[in-house]
Amino acid sequence: MADIAGDEGDFTVKVVTHPRYVDTSKCIACGACTPKCPAKVSNDYNEGLDKRKAIYVRYAQAVPLKYGIDPAKCIKLTKGKCGNCEKQCPTGAVNYEDTETTRDIQVGSVIISAGFKPFDPSAYVQYSYSKYKNVVTALEMERILAASGPWMGHLVRPSDEKEPKKIAWLQCVGSRDVNTCDHPYCSSVCCMYAIKEAAIAKEHSHSGLDAAIFFMDMRTFGKDFEKYYEKAKTSGVRFIRSRIHTITEQPDKSLMIEYATEDGQAKTEVFDMVVLSHGLEVAKSSIELANKLGIELKSTQFVKTTSFAPVSSNRPGVYVCGALAGPKDIPLSVVEASAAACAAAGKLSSARGTLAQTKEVPQAVDVRGEVPKVGVFVCSCGINIASMVDVKAVVDYAKTLPFVEFVENNLFSCSQDTQDKMAQTIKEKGLNRVVVAACTPRTHEPLFQETLQAAGLNKYLFDMANIRNQDSWVHAAEPEKATEKAKDLVRMAVAKVALLQPLNEVKLSVNPAAMVIGGGVAGMNAALELAGQGFTTHLVERDAQLGGNARLLRITAQGEEVQPYLDGLAKKVMDNPLITTHLATSLKDVEGFVGNFKTTLAGPAGETVVEHGGAIIAIGGQEYQPSEYMYGQDPRVMTHLQIDAAMMNGELDAKKVNSAVFIQCVGSREPERPYCSKVCCTHSVESALHLKEHNPDCQVVIIYRDMRTFAERELLYKEARAKGVLFVRYDVNQKPVVKKDGDKLTVTVRDHILGRDLLIDADLVGLASAIVSHKNTELAQMFKVPLDEDGWFLEAHQKLRPVDFATDGVFMAGLAHYPKPLEEAVAQALAAVSRAVTVLSSAEMSLSGTVAFIDQRKCVGCGVCWTVCPYQAITQDDKGLAVVNEALCKGCGTCVASCRSGAPNLRGFTTQDVMAQIEAML
Amino acid sequence: MAAGKKVTGAVMVVGGGIAGMQAALDLANSGYYVYMVEKGPAIGGVMSQLDKTFPTNDCAM
Repeated sequence: MADIAGDEGDFTVKVVTHPRYVDTSKCIACGACTPKCPAKVSNDYNEGLDKRKAIYVRYAQAVPLKYGIDPAKCIKLTKGKCGNCEKQCPTGAVNYEDTETTRDIQVGSVIISAGFKPFDPSAYVQYSYSKYKNVVTALEMERILAASGPWMGHLVRPSDEKEPKKIAWLQCVGSRDVNTCDHPYCSSVCCMYAIKEAAIAKEHSHSGLDAAIFFMDMRTFGKDFEKYYEKAKTSGVRFIRSRIHTITEQPDKSLMIEYATEDGQAKTEVFDMVVLSHGLEVAKSSIELANKLGIELKSTQFVKTTSFAPVSSNRPGVYVCGALAGPKDIPLSVVEASAAACAAAGKLSSARGTLAQTKEVPQAVDVRGEVPKVGVFVCSCGINIASMVDVKAVVDYAKTLPFVEFVENNLFSCSQDTQDKMAQTIKEKGLNRVVVAACTPRTHEPLFQETLQAAGLNKYLFDMANIRNQDSWVHAAEPEKATEKAKDLVRMAVAKVALLQPLNEVKLSVNPAAMVIGGGVAGMNAALELAGQGFTTHLVERDAQLGGNARLLRITAQGEEVQPYLDGLAKKVMDNPLITTHLATSLKDVEGFVGNFKTTLAGPAGETVVEHGGAIIAIGGQEYQPSEYMYGQDPRVMTHLQIDAAMMNGELDAKKVNSAVFIQCVGSREPERPYCSKVCCTHSVESALHLKEHNPDCQVVIIYRDMRTFAERELLYKEARAKGVLFVRYDVNQKPVVKKDGDKLTVTVRDHILGRDLLIDADLVGLASAIVSHKNTELAQMFKVPLDEDGWFLEAHQKLRPVDFATDGVFMAGLAHYPKPLEEAVAQALAAVSRAVTVLSSAEMSLSGTVAFIDQRKCVGCGVCWTVCPYQAITQDDKGLAVVNEALCKGCGTCVASCRSGAPNLRGFTTQDVMAQIEAML
Repeated sequence: MAAGKKVTGAVMVVGGGIAGMQAALDLANSGYYVYMVEKGPAIGGVMSQLDKTFPTNDCAM
């Protein structure tokens, strides 16, 4: 991206395409070029742990799977000699004359998701990263552990490629440190990835690896993080709270770590390998890009956003997401990505669909009643299959199978030219069933199904034989047996495909109205965004007023006042003509499914039925009511929300507090609530700073287990220490004690450095009380969505689908998912809208044809199938027999397996189809 | 957006890591044309270099 002109809604962006020296329209990724390339260069994908060639693909699954030439390393391009790759290329894709091209592109919005750069730890003299081979970065460790890495996933250390017996992970390398690297922030992700790497390294090790993590505070603050940490402890990963000052290499290349423990003892321990848990930073190129775009950065160099608009940069129409706007993990990056998509689309809704094209699919030919004419396409997958399996023998064999009309071998069946040819062949030969013997349907079935559709065939008249992942890859040592197995797999697929019938995809109309449940910050933001994009929205709030928990919050971690924002938000909601707000209302019943929900609301005016196409659950959470630390027995013992409320309404005068004690983890990280509430450490620090600001002489002590001021919240922690706030760590087995001594309130805590009890008089004891869920099982059941064991709504995939449910058309945002700060709740709200709009913006949606059906002649109405169905897609009809709702069915087949009378069957996988496959195998 | 002003129904996403890909997919599925700009030869970003991911230890690829 070279330049940008114009304004929000209508930008002109100048984009420079650097020469690749390989024509991607011709490259079939056969790999013929690479073996003959004489230039061996450091492989940046494997973090320099091995070599690649100058003509290369970054990794085997790269998208696009097209080669490119590294111009700095290619001998032809640098010295004018060689030219081997051009000679080897069967398609003439290599072009040494390729040049840079520049084009102008018109867009309405821009999203910058340039990510982060892993910190280079060479700057740390004491860790000797560039000097000692067995000191590696965490990203190098990822490559060492990966099956696609330099040692194919075998756990070895770089110096001698021998398996290490002891590995140490050192935390906060390039994070929480201003002296060496000017990174005062916490990188947020390193504690978790270190635990993960330690756990996986232990799995990979043959000798019971001794894994130790040297840390300052373990920051396992996300959903299920704390459980993972506890599990790692039980599985024997050692956690050592310490500061490291020196690493020295031993004659055998192992490494001696010298460190100081918390109580000041100097210790040493020798490890075979040391992994540096390096942090995240903004790349120089991203800073330059930001400057070019006129985007404001924070002192940490991350892009500046506000808590209330977490994906908007200061330049209207330019949005940011991911680690560029602050160190964060994958789920939050994905949330922000969807949020940025929502924000970017929000201003363009009048032009929706004007440039995007939908694929035209020709009407499928009716093949019912025709004799099966099967086409078999056997893929070589470059050398992936062909080097192990005798592909030609498989082709010859396939020709002998019943109903097979045509067989062909392709170098890469998935390449665009092969796809076009395949469609042509289907038409020319009049094929009505297709088998592709190649890789896995998980990644490639949709592609081949599209080719069938392009050729006018119903896409369900198709099957794949996985002769790569389940054959050539796993039987590399036995090529003859692998070839026989490939024949077996092809025979099975042909036997099945001959029986397949065309399937219809149910088309559903979509009601473009949405319902948002919960009128807190997340719910209101979601409603406003939906309305902003033109969708009628019903906002349902249980209380008589909007606002939720945020009504009791004073400021955000960035210091923004919450109440004025909240008032503005509520006013915008009430004023928006597309939003109907239902106050003091709860849900009574939900019928229907994606695109067509019918929800009964119970409110002050009685019951109403609302029809909507999608729903966002944003019911929030609540503050834990402590029973510990004299809460409720003395008014000076208060929770965070009470302190905030009292500070705002003037009941608590910060000037008059002379001694305050905050106790962390009240109700969190306990056996009954084994999770971290994520926001409380920061909240205590904010309150401490507020007290210090109004009364600098006030003694403030924060008693904690691990300070979890993650990401840029670390700067607040730093500021608090600088302003004299005292931090005392307590052990969970030796909790502080709050006592009343006459009129005096005292807190006793065992100091972790002195090893002695401290007795503190307090005017105010702040309890960092946990956030707990509403455990709303009724709502969960109404929408057919799950809760986890702590009562939080459970997302479809923790990393990649963080606001979706497995049930289509229902999404979540805010505390209903897990404790989180305000800006994350806002981002989630926007993300949920973005996801919901992918449903609401389509006039109709087609559902998969692979659904169950019931042969009611065999059904006795025993109820087993509707009990086991995980999607509640089966109900009882008026005769008491089972009936499938195709809109809810996901085609899992559980009902088929459970029925004693064989009444249910799965289209595309009928018992007959599967039995034919089995018979072909035997 | 003020009425009458030209609005282009396309979005540019700069950076093809996990965040960029998700943003691009959401936009394309909502009726907007997306231009993805990535400086490397393939999309995927740093996540493609990770081995497995928490908590299920699924392959990051």
